[in-house]
Amino acid sequence: MELTTVWFVLIAVLWTGYFVLEGFDFGVGLLAPVLARNEGERKQVLNTIGPVWDGNEVWLITAIGAMFAAFPAWYAGMLSRFYLPLVLLLVGLIIRGVGLEWRGKVRNAGERRLCDLGIGIGSALPAFLWGAIFADLLKDSAVAAVIGGLFSLALCLLHGAVFVSLKTTGRVRQAARRAALAASVVAVPVGVLALSSVPEGGTAFAWAGALVAMAAVAAAVALIWRRREGWAFAATATAIVLGTAALFDGLWPEPLTGLTVTEAASGPYTMQVLTWIGLIALPFVLAYQAWTYWVFRKRLTADVV
Amino acid sequence: MEALDLARWQFGITTVYHFLFVPLTIGLGIFVAGLQTAWHRTGKEHYLTLTKFFGKLFLINFAMGVVTGIVQEFQFGMNWSEYSTFVGDVFGAPLAMEALLAFFLESTFLGLWIFGWDRLPKRVHLATIWAAAIGSNLSAYFILAANAWMKHPVGYVVEDGRARMTDIWAVLTNSTAIAQVPHVVGAAFVVAGGFVIAVSAYRILHERRAVPAVPVPDTSTTTPANAKASTGDPAMWRTSLRAALVMTAIAGAVVAGTGDMSAKLLHEQQPMKLASAEGLQHDESSAPFSPLPGVEIPYLLSFLATNDPNAVIQGTEDLQARFEKQFGPGDYRPNQAVVFWSFRVMVGFGLATIGLSVLGLWLTRRRRPLPTWFARICLLALPLPTLAMIAGWLLSEIGRQPWTVAGELLTAASVSPGVSLAEVAISLAVFTLLYGALAVGEAVLLIHYIKAGPEVPAAESQPGDDEAPVLQPTLMY
Repeated sequence: MELTTVWFVLIAVLWTGYFVLEGFDFGVGLLAPVLARNEGERKQVLNTIGPVWDGNEVWLITAIGAMFAAFPAWYAGMLSRFYLPLVLLLVGLIIRGVGLEWRGKVRNAGERRLCDLGIGIGSALPAFLWGAIFADLLKDSAVAAVIGGLFSLALCLLHGAVFVSLKTTGRVRQAARRAALAASVVAVPVGVLALSSVPEGGTAFAWAGALVAMAAVAAAVALIWRRREGWAFAATATAIVLGTAALFDGLWPEPLTGLTVTEAASGPYTMQVLTWIGLIALPFVLAYQAWTYWVFRKRLTADVV
Repeated sequence: MEALDLARWQFGITTVYHFLFVPLTIGLGIFVAGLQTAWHRTGKEHYLTLTKFFGKLFLINFAMGVVTGIVQEFQFGMNWSEYSTFVGDVFGAPLAMEALLAFFLESTFLGLWIFGWDRLPKRVHLATIWAAAIGSNLSAYFILAANAWMKHPVGYVVEDGRARMTDIWAVLTNSTAIAQVPHVVGAAFVVAGGFVIAVSAYRILHERRAVPAVPVPDTSTTTPANAKASTGDPAMWRTSLRAALVMTAIAGAVVAGTGDMSAKLLHEQQPMKLASAEGLQHDESSAPFSPLPGVEIPYLLSFLATNDPNAVIQGTEDLQARFEKQFGPGDYRPNQAVVFWSFRVMVGFGLATIGLSVLGLWLTRRRRPLPTWFARICLLALPLPTLAMIAGWLLSEIGRQPWTVAGELLTAASVSPGVSLAEVAISLAVFTLLYGALAVGEAVLLIHYIKAGPEVPAAESQPGDDEAPVLQPTLMY
C-alpha cells in the first residue's frame, strides 16, 4: 500500500479515535443537566470525563494537523468550505472547554450555571455539526446534513449515557440507563435514515460497515436493557468505529468534490517523515492514554463520605 | 474593505489573544512542577501550599490557552486556504508533530495531575506535572519551527505551485528557529516569572497591611481561624518571589542573548524588517542606532547587526527598489510605524522586567525583607513582559509583511478565495466578542484567587460547599 493510502487510513483512524472518545464526552456534557438532580450528582457525572476529555480532544487536533500535513488541499478545501458551521463548532468547543475547566473554580452558583450552559451548548454544537459536515461531504445535500447531524447527536447521547452508566454508581447510574434507552428511541430510526447517506454505488465495505454499525446500535440498546453496561459501551463504540469507517470509505478517493486524494496529497518525502513520526509516537500515546483510563477505572459515587 | 483585511485582523486578534495565555502555560507549568518537586524533596508544607495556589492559577489560564489554540489550527484552513495548500507539505509536518508529540503529552498528563492527587503514588503524580509541562514546552518548539519557516523558508522546493519538503532536518534546525525558540520560550518564562513576582509581591503587601484574609465565598464554612491561617506565613511568599526573580533574571538573560542573535539573522535573512524596525530608509555604512526618535548612538546598529561597527545596513527605500526588480511591482515595506514602535516597546519593557528582577534579587539578598516601595513596583512585573511579548510578535509578524512565506507567497495571495467578506466579518465579530467575554472571566477568576490566597488543605474536604457533598477524586477541582 503506498503512503497516500496509508495516511488516508491513518487520518480515518484519528477521526475514529476522536469520535469514539469525544463522542461520550459530548454525550456526558449534554446529559449532565438531565441526569443530575443536585450539584453533587452534577460533579459525579462531569467527573466521569474530567480527567480525560482534554486528552480526548487532542485526537481532533491531531486529525486536523495530520490532514494539514498529509493532504493540504483537502484540509484547506474542507475547512474553508464549511466556514460558518466551523465557526459555530469552534465556539462550541471553546465554551465547553472553558466551562469544564472553570466550573470547579468559579465563585458562586450563578457562575457555575453559566459554565453548565457552556458545557451543554458546547457539547450539542460539535456533536451535531460534525455529523452534518461529514454527511454533507458525502452527499452534498442539506437534508443529508441534517439527518447526519441528528444521527451523530443521538449517537453521542446514547454513547455518553452508556458511558455514565458504566462509570457511576447509585441513582445516576440508573438514570443514565434510562437516558440511554430514551436516546435509542431517536438514534435507531434516525440511524436507519442516515443509511441513505451511503453514496450511490457505495462499496460493499461501506454498506457492510453501515449496516453492522446499525446492528451494533441495536445490540447496545439490548445490552443496556439487560444492564450489561461494559458490553453496551463496547457496542456503541463499535457502532462509531464502523460508522466512521464507512464514512471514510465513502470519501475515498475523492474527499472533496473535484479533488482526489492523490491531488490533495503532500509529496512522498513528507509522507515518509510523517509515517516515521506516527509509527514512533502513536504507540506511546495509546499506551499512556489507556493507562489514564486504567488509573480512573473506578466508578464514581455521589455518596457523602 | 476586503475579506483579506478582515482575515488579517482576525488572525492578528486571535493570535495575540492566544499568546496572552500560552506564556503562562509554558513558564508557570515548569514553575509549578518545580514547586511540587521542592515539596517532594523537602516535605515542607508551604511548598505544597504554593504548588496548589499557583497550580490553580495555572489551570484557570491553561483552559484558555487550549481552547484558543484550537481556533489557530482551524484558522489556517478556514481563512488562508491558498496559504495552507501552498505550505502544507512543509508547514503541516511540524504542526502534526506538535499534536502527536506535545499536545497529547500535555493534555493527558495534566488530566492525570489534576485528578490524580490521591489516586497516584506521590512520585508518579510528580512525574505527571513534569510530563505535562515538558509537553507544553515541546509544543512551543514545533510551532515556532513552523513559524520560523514562514520568515526564512528552508529545506523545500516549489513544484506545481506548491512547496514540497525536501529536508525535515533543515526545517527543524532552521537558523531562524534556533534563535527564535529560546527567545520566545525564554520570554514565556519571563512572563510567567513576572506573573509570580507580581502575585507574590501583592500577597506580601496584603499581609503587611494586616487586613484579615478575604474569605473564599465558596467555602462558606471556613472558620475565622482557617481564614487567618489561609494567608499563610510571609516567608512562603518570599520563597515564591525569590524563585521567580531568579527564573526571570536567568530567562531574561537568555532572551536578551538570543535577541542579539536574532538581530544578526535579520540582517542576513530579513533586512526589510531590520530596516523598518530602525526606520533606516537608505543603505548606510556605520549605521547608528536610535533608541528613541531624535537620539542616535553612532555605529551601534551596524555593530548590533553584524559585530562590525562599519558594516553597511540596507535601508527600506533601497530594499524596496531591489525587491521591485526581483519580484515585480508592489510595496514590499511593512507598516513602518508599527514595526518601529513595537521594537522599542519589546526591548524597553523587556529590559525593564529583567532590570526589575535583578534589582529585586539584590534588594532581598541575605534575608533582607522586600522593601514596600519595591513590592509596589513588582506589581508591574505582570503587565510589562506581557506587553513586551505582544510587541515582539507584532514586530515579528507585521515585519514579515507583505509575505506569508518570505519571497515565495504574498499575504494577498494566501487568503481563501471562496470565503466572503460577510463570512469573515461574522467570524471576526463572534470570536472578538467571545474572547472579550472570556478575558473578563479569566481576569475575574485570577483576581479572585490571588486575593483569596491559598486555601487550607483541610477546609477543602469540608462538607457544606454544595447542596449534596460528594467524594471527589481531587483536591484541585
